[in-house]
Amino acid sequence: MLTKTITIKNPSGLHARPATTFVQKASAYPCNVNLIKGSKKINGKSIMGLMTLAAKQGDELILEVDGPEEEIALDELTKVLEAEHL
Amino acid sequence: MERTGIAAAPGIAIGRAMVKKEENMEIVRRSLEPNQVSLEVERFKDCVQQAILELAELKEITEKKVGEEEAKIFEAQQLFLQDPEFVGAIENMIEAEHINAEAATQSVRDQFLAIFESMENEYMRERAADLRDVSQRILRHLLGITQNETAVVDGPQILVVHDLTPSDTAKLDLSITRGFATDIGGRTSHSAIMARTMGIPAVVGLSNVTEEVSDGDMIIVDGSTGKIHIRPEPSVLQEYEDKLRDFQLRQETLAKLIHQSTITLDGRHVELAANIGNPSDAEAAISHGAEAIGLFRTEFLYMGRKDFPSEDEQFESYKSVLETMGNKPVIIRTLDIGGDKELPYLNLPEELNPFLGYRAIRLCLDQIDLFKTQLRALLRASAYGNLRIMYPMIATFAELRKANQILNEVKQELMNQNISCNHKVQVGIMIEVPAAALVADQLAKHVDFFSIGTNDLIQYTMAADRMNPKVSYLYDPFNPSLLRLIQMVITAAHREGKWVGMCGEMAGEELAIPILLGLGLDEFSMGSGSILQARHLIKQLDSRKMAKVAEHVLSLSTGQEIKDYIQQEVMK
Repeated sequence: MLTKTITIKNPSGLHARPATTFVQKASAYPCNVNLIKGSKKINGKSIMGLMTLAAKQGDELILEVDGPEEEIALDELTKVLEAEHL
Repeated sequence: MERTGIAAAPGIAIGRAMVKKEENMEIVRRSLEPNQVSLEVERFKDCVQQAILELAELKEITEKKVGEEEAKIFEAQQLFLQDPEFVGAIENMIEAEHINAEAATQSVRDQFLAIFESMENEYMRERAADLRDVSQRILRHLLGITQNETAVVDGPQILVVHDLTPSDTAKLDLSITRGFATDIGGRTSHSAIMARTMGIPAVVGLSNVTEEVSDGDMIIVDGSTGKIHIRPEPSVLQEYEDKLRDFQLRQETLAKLIHQSTITLDGRHVELAANIGNPSDAEAAISHGAEAIGLFRTEFLYMGRKDFPSEDEQFESYKSVLETMGNKPVIIRTLDIGGDKELPYLNLPEELNPFLGYRAIRLCLDQIDLFKTQLRALLRASAYGNLRIMYPMIATFAELRKANQILNEVKQELMNQNISCNHKVQVGIMIEVPAAALVADQLAKHVDFFSIGTNDLIQYTMAADRMNPKVSYLYDPFNPSLLRLIQMVITAAHREGKWVGMCGEMAGEELAIPILLGLGLDEFSMGSGSILQARHLIKQLDSRKMAKVAEHVLSLSTGQEIKDYIQQEVMK
């Protein structure tokens, strides 16, 4: 299992389009993908999960990947989360 | 029978009713025998697959019929149907509780709806509508309900529905559907926005119209007034058929002007712009031929909520309007709160004369953090289009200087943080206080433009409350004193090489346009619906002749004389 702490830079936070992109990318990897904000942990392959997480610009999230292809998933998904514009 | 709802999309539609009642899906919770459970899960999965295929089809149809942006909604809905937390939760529930798929779907949907609806964010509330739409789709498959999509009436139809979901909208057959009427919804609901985008007359929020109308009833939808007539008398029908014909003839003439620029007979170009109060109005402005946004009121962002909007939330709104307008100019007015527009969370003491009190720029220059947040959001958004910033209610040079100082501080902050913005964004002021009009020559040196706000300028010049019917005779844009002020403002600005617009209702008035053109006004900003009419008029006017007309008008001594003169000399 790999984890990484990431700060959301996108001004619109992690809903709308960035959330859609994240879920589409996360779903392409065989490993489990989770996002943790404070005490809340959600499945990164779930659009509903991401929406209810309501992460805003400046929020710190922990990205957690576990399973096959976890290294590449961590890299690629970090890019999505850290992107300023999508 | 006449009913009044909310005017959602303008125009008149006459036709036979096609009533689609809210699908009353009786969901019964059934217990399953253990050996039925896996079959039930399979059945559920099949239905989800079918729903996904349908959404792909709807996406394609909508792309062709409405637009790519509108079609994206179905892509988002597909993601819902692939969501392990949603679909997975339903499957788990079937397996764990040994219940039928319908009951499990309904129960999981309701759990998510409760979360979505508790969020104070318009975006999330819209997603709740999508979740409902998607769930209905699965339930229909599970229950084996085939939607009755074949027309039960011939000829032009008026669709009467409880609410128009995105899926319903995509399926509208525009060759026969002339308009629609709904039980619920408001001006900004999905159905209303789509109706305006597609140009179909619509009245929404009629509460129980689906109960009052039967299939095949004759219906008139007047989307401009928000009225519908059910089974109208022959005389009413005749009246509306005439109106519809006139309306269509006029629309045909005006539609040709949508993409034309506004050029007078003698070749002078003026800009016709739209006043908007919501980012979603920008598209309608373009489809009505707007060459710019002359006034984007930002109050909507602050109203109807419990706390100030964040910088990011504002940024997103401003950016979306700028992006919609492409390279066309967008004037965004900084917060104009106070007066008749109150914010409960600002906790302002009640004032004896709110219109003469603590409002607009006065408030912003006092509550600098509030002002700075808005300016930061504006400047950040300036990287995404052709933004112009406008301060409301400026009365003195000192106010303008202070506002510009704050703006420069914010620019500097952004620069230090390496955040991109357009440093040459035009900055102007609204001229709505007579004091500002009187020193327009001085103010003009420090702005890029003026925009005359006649609604307040009339009230302050005439010392007449625009809400008080007893003094409404004074509230007249044709008062010679007002026209003289306007002339002063335009002359002063032009002397400094600055341009002048007008964003009050006067800018769209047929009798006022020739005078304003003659006085040299450069930009006319009005409700989107008036733009083409104004363009039609201006294209028939000669600005040099209008300059002479205006000169004569300024020598007349009453508003009535002025109107009569324009009527006879120009509009004959």
